[in-house]
Amino acid sequence: MDDIKRMERRKQATLARRHIYTQTSAPETFITSLSEEARENFFASERKRIALSLRRRKIKGGVLTGLGLFVAIFISALALIPIFFTFLNSFMSSEEIVANYQVVFQSMSGHASQGATYMSRTPVLKLIPEEVTIQQYSTLLFMNPEYLFKYWNSILLTLPIVAGQMVVSCLASYSFARYRRKRREVLFFSYIILMLMPFQVTLVPNYMIADSLNILDTIWAIILPGVFSTFAIFLLTKYMRQIPSGYIEAATLDGASEWQIFTNVALPLCKNAIFALTILLFIDYWNMVEQPLVLLTDINKQPLSVFLSQINEPELGIAFAASSVYMIPPLLIFFWGEDYLVEGISRSGIK
Amino acid sequence: MKEDNLISDRGEVTGMRPGSEVVIAEQQKTESAKAENHNTTDTEEQLEAKLMDRPKPKNVTPLANLKLTPKDIPVFEETPERKAKLEMRKKMHFKRKLRDWGVFTGYLTPSFVGVFVFFFLPLILLLKTSFQKSPTNSDFVGFRNYERVITNDAFIAASKNTLTFALISVPLAVILALLVALLLNSGLPGKSLFRSFLLNPMMVPVASVVLIWQVFFSYNGVINGITAQLFEGAEKIDWLKSSYSQIVIMLLFLWKNLGYNMVLFLAALNSIPHEILESAQIDGAGPVKRFFKIKLHYLSPTIFFVGIMSLINSFKIFREVYLLTGDYPYDNLYMLQHFMNNAFTHLDYSKLSAGAIVMCVVMIIIVGGLFFAESKFDSDVEE
Repeated sequence: MDDIKRMERRKQATLARRHIYTQTSAPETFITSLSEEARENFFASERKRIALSLRRRKIKGGVLTGLGLFVAIFISALALIPIFFTFLNSFMSSEEIVANYQVVFQSMSGHASQGATYMSRTPVLKLIPEEVTIQQYSTLLFMNPEYLFKYWNSILLTLPIVAGQMVVSCLASYSFARYRRKRREVLFFSYIILMLMPFQVTLVPNYMIADSLNILDTIWAIILPGVFSTFAIFLLTKYMRQIPSGYIEAATLDGASEWQIFTNVALPLCKNAIFALTILLFIDYWNMVEQPLVLLTDINKQPLSVFLSQINEPELGIAFAASSVYMIPPLLIFFWGEDYLVEGISRSGIK
Repeated sequence: MKEDNLISDRGEVTGMRPGSEVVIAEQQKTESAKAENHNTTDTEEQLEAKLMDRPKPKNVTPLANLKLTPKDIPVFEETPERKAKLEMRKKMHFKRKLRDWGVFTGYLTPSFVGVFVFFFLPLILLLKTSFQKSPTNSDFVGFRNYERVITNDAFIAASKNTLTFALISVPLAVILALLVALLLNSGLPGKSLFRSFLLNPMMVPVASVVLIWQVFFSYNGVINGITAQLFEGAEKIDWLKSSYSQIVIMLLFLWKNLGYNMVLFLAALNSIPHEILESAQIDGAGPVKRFFKIKLHYLSPTIFFVGIMSLINSFKIFREVYLLTGDYPYDNLYMLQHFMNNAFTHLDYSKLSAGAIVMCVVMIIIVGGLFFAESKFDSDVEE
């Protein structure tokens, strides 16, 4: 292109632009075509229409939010009823509970013929006790030393498992997250498969191994497999892989050793996940039933969860109080660490 | 319109309104110029040719004028110093690799030893006993145990029940949790409150859950009482011993796991880039379209993860089923875990181990397929 031509063209364009701004009149539109009065009327009607549609939209939004709130409240009520039910019923007197719920268990425990006599009766679902007593709690805590022993057993089983599994899985998942190779991925995959296995699959060999290690009928038969369970490794590895590699590189350049990177970079970044996993594991092992039933045949060593799950007619009077007291540690932990839990579970699911 | 097109076609956009006087004038001018251009000697082609033939800069790089032959390429001689250097480098590389490997194994060892003793070794033992007549009698019987298991009616029924339960309840758990998460994410007040409410069922001990479910669903239970009061002459159903039993257990499963799945989905929904959603909205995409075209795309890894977690939890629900109904539940609820548990109590170890191995293999296939699909899907997403 030659420069003169370009210059000429630019000059023309500039001139033309100036020309437009000074010479062209405003284009004829619908608004300008109206007379003064008609324009006013038109604006007024438009204003009214917009206000109406805005109001309509507001109402629609309000109704929708209300509906959503209703659904959410309904669902959360469904979620909360059992907890309230247990807590409130725990303040009933034993007689009241037996009177209310005996029917249920009569038909439950195989008395098919006797169940017929209760045909006409239905249980009374009462949320509010007729008279509030702490009778259940007093019988439970002061007259049943067995209960407290089992409570202690539960703690004795759960805490070592949770602590041990967290330590082991922090180490293992750091190694899985930091060094990704093909063969190691295969190992990781096998860990995932192990995590998915129901306990019953390895029931027999677990029993045999516990027997050969001479730990059958001791708490170690449950603690040791629990400590090495791979559930936490799966989640923590997923979490640790999200740590930007730049952080670790920076630490290496600053001369940090492998252990320092682990304790000062990786672990603090995974704090939320570690707390969340601690809560999840605690709840899971606090509730375990099958393992103690098979591997801990000594009744005095069994945790409370086994005892509670076998509650029947005779102990019905204290069942609710026992459940309530049993529910307290998980709930406390939940309220203490809810933010960590939410934050920790949240990030594990996103890539 | 016509003039406008013409101007833009020629690439001479001058910023003027189409159809204005100036444009028309300019257009006429250029047209006449074009006609003149054909006659003048200084055409654009010549200009271009001039541009091509302009003198090139010399000696841009110092080596530009040198003519290199193969002889000039330096050949490293096998001097002892060089040899030592190479060896050093190799050694360093090996050392670093060894160090990496050492760190990897060092961190993994505690877990691996434990997992080997308590999980891999049992599986190997299981494999061994599945080919034996019985754990004590180590006669090799080939696949006879497997034959016995696969043709076993109880095993077939149990695997059918387990499979149907997983196939129905896992997708249901995913979809319901996603719906609730969408509901809570749609600007509802008190979102975090609802979130903690819904997480609560996870905390309730199994024993209490079982107690409550018994109170509600047994023959003389609350549900039957309510239906009897609402509808005169309604039949009483023993929910856990009827064909509805699986639905009752599914309710339990959903009740328990909805909160956890929902929290996962809420987080994923929050991590979707806001600009994309906004621009889609401005472009006129409705909420349904936005969900299917944008959100679902970003949610896919989470959906996979939630699916895996729900699958794990669907196996764990056996605990509740066992406590609710005992060793021999209604036919509908007879799960693979029941089968194994009963084989254990009847000391039929070879049957149990063959069944367990079959289950393992099926699970490896399913989970492997899922992971393969995920990695395939992921690479699609990244492209």
